[in-house]
Amino acid sequence: MQDQIKHHLSDALLMAYSAGNLPEAFSLTVAAHISMCDECRARLGAFDTVGGALIDQAETAPMVAGSLEATMERIKSGGGQTHRQQPFVRTGGVLPKPIQDYIGGDLEAVKWRSVGMGVKQAILPTARDATARLLYIPAGAAVPDHGHKGTELTLVIQGAFRDEVDHFGPGDIEVANEDLDHTPVADIGADCICLAATDAPLKFKGVLPRIAQPFLRI
Amino acid sequence: MADTKDIQNDRWVGCITQVRDAQDQAAFAELFNHFAPRVKAFLMKSGADATLAEECAQDVMATLWQKSHLFDPSRASAATWIFTIARNRRIDAIRKMKRPEPEDLPWGPETEPDQADVLVLQQESEQLGQAISELPEKQRTLIEKAYFGDLTHNEIAEQTGLPLGTIKSRIRLALDRLRHAMK
Repeated sequence: MQDQIKHHLSDALLMAYSAGNLPEAFSLTVAAHISMCDECRARLGAFDTVGGALIDQAETAPMVAGSLEATMERIKSGGGQTHRQQPFVRTGGVLPKPIQDYIGGDLEAVKWRSVGMGVKQAILPTARDATARLLYIPAGAAVPDHGHKGTELTLVIQGAFRDEVDHFGPGDIEVANEDLDHTPVADIGADCICLAATDAPLKFKGVLPRIAQPFLRI
Repeated sequence: MADTKDIQNDRWVGCITQVRDAQDQAAFAELFNHFAPRVKAFLMKSGADATLAEECAQDVMATLWQKSHLFDPSRASAATWIFTIARNRRIDAIRKMKRPEPEDLPWGPETEPDQADVLVLQQESEQLGQAISELPEKQRTLIEKAYFGDLTHNEIAEQTGLPLGTIKSRIRLALDRLRHAMK
């Protein structure tokens, strides 16, 4: 799949994710893309290495007296054993594992709410400084024309959509900011499922979506 | 300089293996004496007070012990791996947030890593560290701010002084390694 991905994460997003400075909803979207994209996985490895180099070269803050002993106590109270952890891999389904963790299952466990025109969404329980939602866009349908106050990340999980910028297929991520007004339209071939994260409310052009917006939390 | 660093990282990798295979407390003490004060300084720069930073640094080192099976020296140097543990602790304890992680690669940490891959990774990490230590003061401060402070991705994107080129050349190497590993 990774060979077909054309739209990747920016360096700025990868660096902020590596540093741990993204809102939770953005981190989830980045983690889901990396689950599908080996190129961005390798790029993240490089950004983590920068963090490692900084720690290695950093000045030091002396630990308190008895700190090592206290740490050994912590380890012993945890059983003193090293843990063989289950690898964090997907055992099946459509949604990448980090999203499944928020849903508590795969697609069949998603509690969809209709937002009209056949489009459905499900808001995922992240910290409120940004919102993550799954979008279900029936084949050929459109998400209402909207602009952005902040940043919107849209990751295609299944199917594909086209907007004013380009065509986005499985694994592709679109990073939209204040400059972009767009109307994503799902391909005819299959229903499209996306994960969308925003750090500010979207700005809809039409009257009806604007009225509906406060209720839908989009 | 580079040689000493290589040898040093070899030693840390050896220590983590000793902890993993033999619950070796002396090896753990070596890791602790080197890394715990650095992790504590990292957490204090990120806004934790000394008490919280001390407690979290102890947590990070305990996690190193408990998760030593997950360390894969063909994918991260000891310092890089410890950075990721400290980063996660910082998000949890200071930012009080969850950090979703990507799926693991299917080949996972269960198989013994290829020694040639380990060597290449350690050399690349060393070269990147060297490049960062040689950055002009202004660029170095900026990159520290991105990692230790709280630059948002928008602020990072706006900073033209960030030496992303340095990182990008290493990214190409990382990609080659990944392609090699997937053959």
